Parts: sequence; C-alpha cells; structure tokens
Amino acid sequence: MIYEIRFHGRGGQGVVTAATLLAEAAVFEGLWSQAIPFFGAERRGAPVVAFTRISNKPIRIYSQIYNPDAIVVLDEKLLQLRSILQGLKSNGIIVVNSSEKLKFPKIPSQRIFTVNATSIALKLGLVVAGWPVVNTAMLGAIARVLNIISIESIEECIRRKWRGEMGEKNSLAARLAYENIRERD
Amino acid sequence: MERVAVLSGNHAVAHAVKLCRPHVIAAYPITPQTQIVEKLAEFVERGELKAKYIRVESEHSAMAAIIGASAAGARVFTATSSQGLLYMHEAIWSAAGARLPIVMAVVTRAIFPPWNIWTDHSDILAQRDTGWIIAMAESNQEVFDMIIQAYRIAEDERVLLPVMIGLDAFSLSHTAAPVSLLDQDKVDKFLPPRRAFSFLLDIENPITMGNVAFPDHYMEFRYLIQKAMERAKQVIREVEEEFYEISSRKYGGLVEEYRCNDADVILVLMGAWSGDAKECADKLREEGLRVGVLRIRFIRPLPIEEIKRVSLGRKAVIVVDRDISFGGTGILFTEVSSILQQNSVTVRGFIAGLGGRDVTAKDFAQMVKQVYTDLEVGERRSRVEWYGVKEVI
Repeated sequence: MIYEIRFHGRGGQGVVTAATLLAEAAVFEGLWSQAIPFFGAERRGAPVVAFTRISNKPIRIYSQIYNPDAIVVLDEKLLQLRSILQGLKSNGIIVVNSSEKLKFPKIPSQRIFTVNATSIALKLGLVVAGWPVVNTAMLGAIARVLNIISIESIEECIRRKWRGEMGEKNSLAARLAYENIRERD
Repeated sequence: MERVAVLSGNHAVAHAVKLCRPHVIAAYPITPQTQIVEKLAEFVERGELKAKYIRVESEHSAMAAIIGASAAGARVFTATSSQGLLYMHEAIWSAAGARLPIVMAVVTRAIFPPWNIWTDHSDILAQRDTGWIIAMAESNQEVFDMIIQAYRIAEDERVLLPVMIGLDAFSLSHTAAPVSLLDQDKVDKFLPPRRAFSFLLDIENPITMGNVAFPDHYMEFRYLIQKAMERAKQVIREVEEEFYEISSRKYGGLVEEYRCNDADVILVLMGAWSGDAKECADKLREEGLRVGVLRIRFIRPLPIEEIKRVSLGRKAVIVVDRDISFGGTGILFTEVSSILQQNSVTVRGFIAGLGGRDVTAKDFAQMVKQVYTDLEVGERRSRVEWYGVKEVI
C-alpha cells in the first residue's frame, strides 16, 4: 500500500507543517511516511505545495509525487489554478476548505469533500498574524476521508507539537473538521 | 527508551551530531544545509549540547576554525553545501594533510552559475582527491547512523583522516521521514571521548604544525595518507559491525548490494535515488529482467574489490552519475571503468538528474531497457550518454 497526498495552500498557511504532521500521525499509527516540501520562491501569500507519502512498508523512493491519491486545498481560491488537479488519480479525492457548494470541473469518478476550516479556526480563535490557522482543521478532514489514520493519532501529534492551550485548540479544530466534513456532488 | 522521530535529513544529522558530543562547531549558513547548524545552535542555546559554537564569516573560516580546534584535540563538526564547499576547498586539503579526525556533513547541491539549490553530486565529488573519506547516504536513517560511525572511523588510530558524509539536497535534507534515534548512553559506549594518538596543540608544550617538507620528505606524507585510506576500508567494516550491536542496523560496508547475486545487469549509483533504483530493480524482475543495484556508500576509499566482485560476469554494468566531469565523463563512470578496464564487462554510463531534475524508477527502467535492447543486437561497447536532456541547439 502506498498513499500519496498533495497539499495546496499559501505561504504562511502552514502547508508544510500539515504535510509533516500527517507524516508523524502515520508513524504514530505504525505506518511509514515521508513529508516532502516543494521549494520554489516561497513567500507569504504565494501558492505553495507540499506532499505526504504513506505506506505500510519502509518507503525507499525519493522522487517526486506525480499522481496523488488525494489533494488537499487550504484556500479555495486556489481552485482557479488550472494545475490544481494535475495528475490526480481517476479515483482520487479532493478535500477543500470551503463553505460553498462547489461547482468544479472534476471527472465523475473523483470525489470532492468540503469542510469550512476557516470558520472552525475563527470560532476557536486560531488566528496568527491576521490569518485563520486552517492547517490543523484540514488534517482532521483528511483523516476522515483517508480512513487509514485515526483522528486520535492526528490529535495526539498536534498536542505533541504545541503544548498547552494551543495544542488543545488545534486538536479540537481537527476534531471539528473531522465531524463536519461533507461530500459534495 | 529509544524512539522513532519524524525528522528531515538535516535534523537527523543535527541529532546524530549532538549524540557524538562535539566540543566545537563552526558554522556558516548555506541553503540547503542551514537547518543542520540552526538546529545545533538551538541545542547549544538550550544547554542540551555543551559545545563551543563559533559563528564565522565564511566556509573557509569554518573549516579553518575546526582545523585549529581539532589540532588541539577537540571533537569538531561543520556542515556545508555547493559554493560553500568549494570556497572551503583549500582548507579541506589542510584538514586531511594534517590528519585531523574532522566530521562534516555535505548537503549535496548543484554549482552556480546558473543558481540552483537542488541535488547534484558535483560539489562532493570535487573533493574526491583531498584525502577525506567520502560517503553518501540513501536515507535519513542512514545519514543519522553514518554521522555517528564517521567519528569512530575518523578517530581510529589506523585512519586519522577527516570524513565527509553526503546527503542529497531536499530529497533527504528537507524530506521528513521516520528515524530511529539512539540513547545517549549507547552512543557514549560506542563512541568514547576522542583519544589523542598524534601530536596535539598544547600551550604548555608548544609544537609547530604544518612545517615545510622538502622533496625528500613530502612524498612520504602523501604515501601515509594513501596507506591510511587503504586501512580505512577494514575500519569502516568493523565500525559498522560494532554499530550493528547497538542499533540492529547495517548497510553493507563500503557498498550496499541489492539483489545482485543472480543479476544480469547491475545499476551502480550513490545517494537517495538508489532507493528509486531498487524499486526499478524489483519492477523489472517482475518482467523477467534480472537487475540488481550496487550502491556506492563510500567513494573514498574506493571500493575496488567490491565493485570488481559484483561486476564480473555480468552482461552489463550501468553507472548513473548525478555529476559530469566536463570534457570527460561521469565521475562514478570513470571510477568504475578504471576498475573494470581489464575485464570484458560492458560499462554503460548515464548522466542524469543534474541540478535536482527528478529521476524516477521509470527513468531507471528506461535506461536498463535501452541497454538490454543494445545487448540483444550485439552492441556491447562501453559508452556514456546524457539521459533526458532537452533539445538545446
């Protein structure tokens, strides 16, 4: 089994942190993983990409991910990018931070899920430098659709990364997203 | 209790260095290495690592500073990449010539111009002839393990040479993967404090180091380095066996052989993409092609016996270089060919993946299949070609 996930977000949204936390949660589950940041000209607000590879065996490939099983979009405006679904498997999954009923040019065998991670973050007061912190909520959402990593492992890894109140709020964000994710047609 | 942490290759290096208890770290930042020395600075700042941390004004000074500290008996560390490594080059020769057991991590990165921060083996291979022991890791776990072993190898009385451990930019340096850490007491037992076998700088007993050697002596110093390099082969194997006792991990000494026993064709390469090459070997075996991978772990000392033993009797040996010696060929290709020249083995070379261009298991399969196709029509000549290069003229 090998499962590949591509995260799309903006510089400053914690995209690389999300990919790494997912990799940590996979290891916590007894699986193997890699978190791969893609380095280009990162700056706050610019589109950024990161990847997570998960397997039940040690991972020895180091080449990039071309055909992800799932795509996670932290900012729905990025859906306007033509390249956003590039390479996604025909049975792939798309998870978007959105409140809208998305009209989206996917192929019928691909499934799309939405969760309003922004409103979850705002409700919990998870705001850093004026931006809602949506990456941890999106991890809860992805845990639900992947079905290979438990929400408890995600929560545990979040609490290990941020001790105290920050950890509690972020793990609650993941839990709320896990409970509120919806499939769209 | 020993734990598994998800660490980038850079942080795996920093954690390993911390366990080795260096006295002096000198550092100058350069992408993609910076995270190594940043993490070490954090360890020193938090008091978790009791080391003198020297911020210097250049890589040349970083090497000069640790040469001085090592000459006074300290265990030392630095890390660099690409231009930084090239700027350090003169001092790198000094470290080996002075027989100092320095350990350095090199995050392999392409050379300017044009600017490129991604992996390429030209920087580390440009240090090939300096008298340093030079190794490349395949994984974050291996780079962690190699750093700890490097001090044992460097400080061994039979060796006393500096060691450079390479890890590929981004594919290892910034990719996080699970790494089994080791307890401090186990590492302390494996790697006791550095013992002084040779002359050390001591203000109570002043000595001169690096004096002139006239033509009637200079050559012997060079011969002694060569002899130490040859002895290092055995030391590398012994140290790995001992490391296995504390970690249950070993990789094969100077090389790692993967499915080579019954192979018709052997892929020879080094670094992170060896994992993709192993994936390729497995896939091609499902199609009935018997392919093996010979991963070069140490390029210096050169694993002459291993390369010869694994290569002889094969239909072809395919060397994939992530470097080019302009006007010549790939550097690994040159090394492998020099070992096999007296034997009738077809050695095919591919220059690939320069400046971080991605090379996948499919790409390796394409190289292997091309060689098989040539062999079928009786084309057995050795040659080197560029893989995947775009039309440029």
